[in-house]
Amino acid sequence: MTVTSQSTSREASEPASGQAPIGQKTEDSRPGRRGNGSKKPSRPQWGLEFGHWWWALPGIVLVFAVHYVATGIGGFFAFTNWSGIGSFEIVGFKNFEAIFNDPTKIRSLGNTLFFAFGSVLLGNILGLLLALGLNRVVKTRYALRTLFFMPVVLSPLATAYIWKFIFDFDGPINVLLTSVGLEHLAKPWLADPHWAVWTVLVVLTWSSTGFAMVIFMAGLTSVPNEVEEAAAIDGANLWQRFCHVTLPVLRPAVAIAMTLGIVQGLRVFDPIMALTSGGPAGATETLATEVYKQAFALGNFGGGAALALVLAVIILFFAVLQQRLTRSNPED
Amino acid sequence: MFRYTKLTLLREIGLWVLALVFLAPFYFLVTTALKSGTEMYSTSPLALPESLDFSAFVDVLTATGNSNVLSGLLNSAIITAGSILLLIVMGSLTGYVIARGTRRWTKAAYYLFLVAIILPGQLGAVPLYMGARTLGLTGSSWGMVILYTGMLLPVSIFLYSNFFRGLGTSYEEAATIDGASRFQIFSKIVLPMMAPATGTVTIFAGLIVWNDFFTSLIFLGGSENQTLPVAMYYYIGSLVSEWNSIFAIVIVSMIPILVLFLFAQKRFIQGFAGGLKG
Repeated sequence: MTVTSQSTSREASEPASGQAPIGQKTEDSRPGRRGNGSKKPSRPQWGLEFGHWWWALPGIVLVFAVHYVATGIGGFFAFTNWSGIGSFEIVGFKNFEAIFNDPTKIRSLGNTLFFAFGSVLLGNILGLLLALGLNRVVKTRYALRTLFFMPVVLSPLATAYIWKFIFDFDGPINVLLTSVGLEHLAKPWLADPHWAVWTVLVVLTWSSTGFAMVIFMAGLTSVPNEVEEAAAIDGANLWQRFCHVTLPVLRPAVAIAMTLGIVQGLRVFDPIMALTSGGPAGATETLATEVYKQAFALGNFGGGAALALVLAVIILFFAVLQQRLTRSNPED
Repeated sequence: MFRYTKLTLLREIGLWVLALVFLAPFYFLVTTALKSGTEMYSTSPLALPESLDFSAFVDVLTATGNSNVLSGLLNSAIITAGSILLLIVMGSLTGYVIARGTRRWTKAAYYLFLVAIILPGQLGAVPLYMGARTLGLTGSSWGMVILYTGMLLPVSIFLYSNFFRGLGTSYEEAATIDGASRFQIFSKIVLPMMAPATGTVTIFAGLIVWNDFFTSLIFLGGSENQTLPVAMYYYIGSLVSEWNSIFAIVIVSMIPILVLFLFAQKRFIQGFAGGLKG
């Protein structure tokens, strides 16, 4: 979910007269969609005030404590050697040196990026194809949409256990391969250091496809029928229509779906813990699982905090990128 | 143009085949959970169960100690409901003041929440744990409710304040002229109108809290107030490829969310697609 341009751009155009600011999202400017939808939200004039300031106080205090204070302290501990109990010393950048000199940490950094980008790329391609397939005239599109979206609402932990069975050595995949005479391809998928990362990627993609599909379906509704018809009459084939009519309209949806997926994907923890616990031999370790192991299992709070800081910086980078992408909606 | 042709029918059939393949994991889930232990080892994982055997479910629901599924279910329900309630109350009040505020600090507070949404939670997890331990909140349902509320509050405040901004103030202005107090305006006029935003907040928060494993593992792991995912994790940890039992607990954990989804699927999907729209 995100945070967006709309509110800020609204604020900027606040002093204008009674109209909705131009360039607002279609959803909102559609007349009469929700009662007051088309009316410009106005601040009370003549100093009229609603609500009391102290209504907001508990929320502000809680958010400040849980988000800002905690993150600040976490940042501080990244530069210490605290074990979780007792005293500690400030060790400067030692924790970070340790991270970047440790091949297993570098590997988990690589895995984190691989899972985030891989699952987003595959999930978005599949999601786009599904959305295009379900677009227009298909009679059962809503039933199909519900089915394809189902994995998104399931707990990642539960999902991971199902797939663990599917990829088990005696599981359905290997049985299926054997029954069609491909038994040489059967392998212990999750226990094989080479194949484990790809297996995890399949699971992550399965859970994220429906999400991308829904965003693309919403985006596709804003492709005007008439334009596509006109292009078809002018002799544009399916591929040309997709490239020159559909895709430009979908661009903001693509940007949102991808960056959001990456930000989510970088934190991936639950499915990995359930599928492999980071194994075999650290082959599927990610930064999030390393943070947990260092800080909570191995009693290395300082090192765990340093890893978390690295992860936080990466996530922050992509989150800011997402803000920028969703903010600058080119008016095509 | 865009009429239902033979090609569309073909496309529709193709999509259904794809959906069946896509959802094949559910077939394995249900069939395996209904097999008895011996049948599971002796038959192909692709086969249907020869006779329905519910012993795995009985085992799951009677498990005790660290992996008490029933108490996990109850704790999850309490924590999820408590968090949602608190998020609605605090989110709507804060969002309302932020949306209607004219002072400079309300704008600053708005950005405080906006940045908090982006701020990644991993870094704060360790200090939060320390803080909660000092306050004696680890292992308690109340501590969890406060924690989840704090974690998800920025998003719900953001959703509410955007919603209130879009609502306009004419009703509230009219009520002021009629002499209603600020509290009356909020409870009698704003509260009944904010149902759509509340729906989105409920779905988002409910899904995240109910499914969350990481936070509850850290804060509740080993305590008697474990949530369902943690109980599931420990329960499955004690089993070695006894897939019928594993899948029985997976099914138990999935049923509430799936039922809710199938009933309110339109809201779910709109919430997801709409929550991130610019």
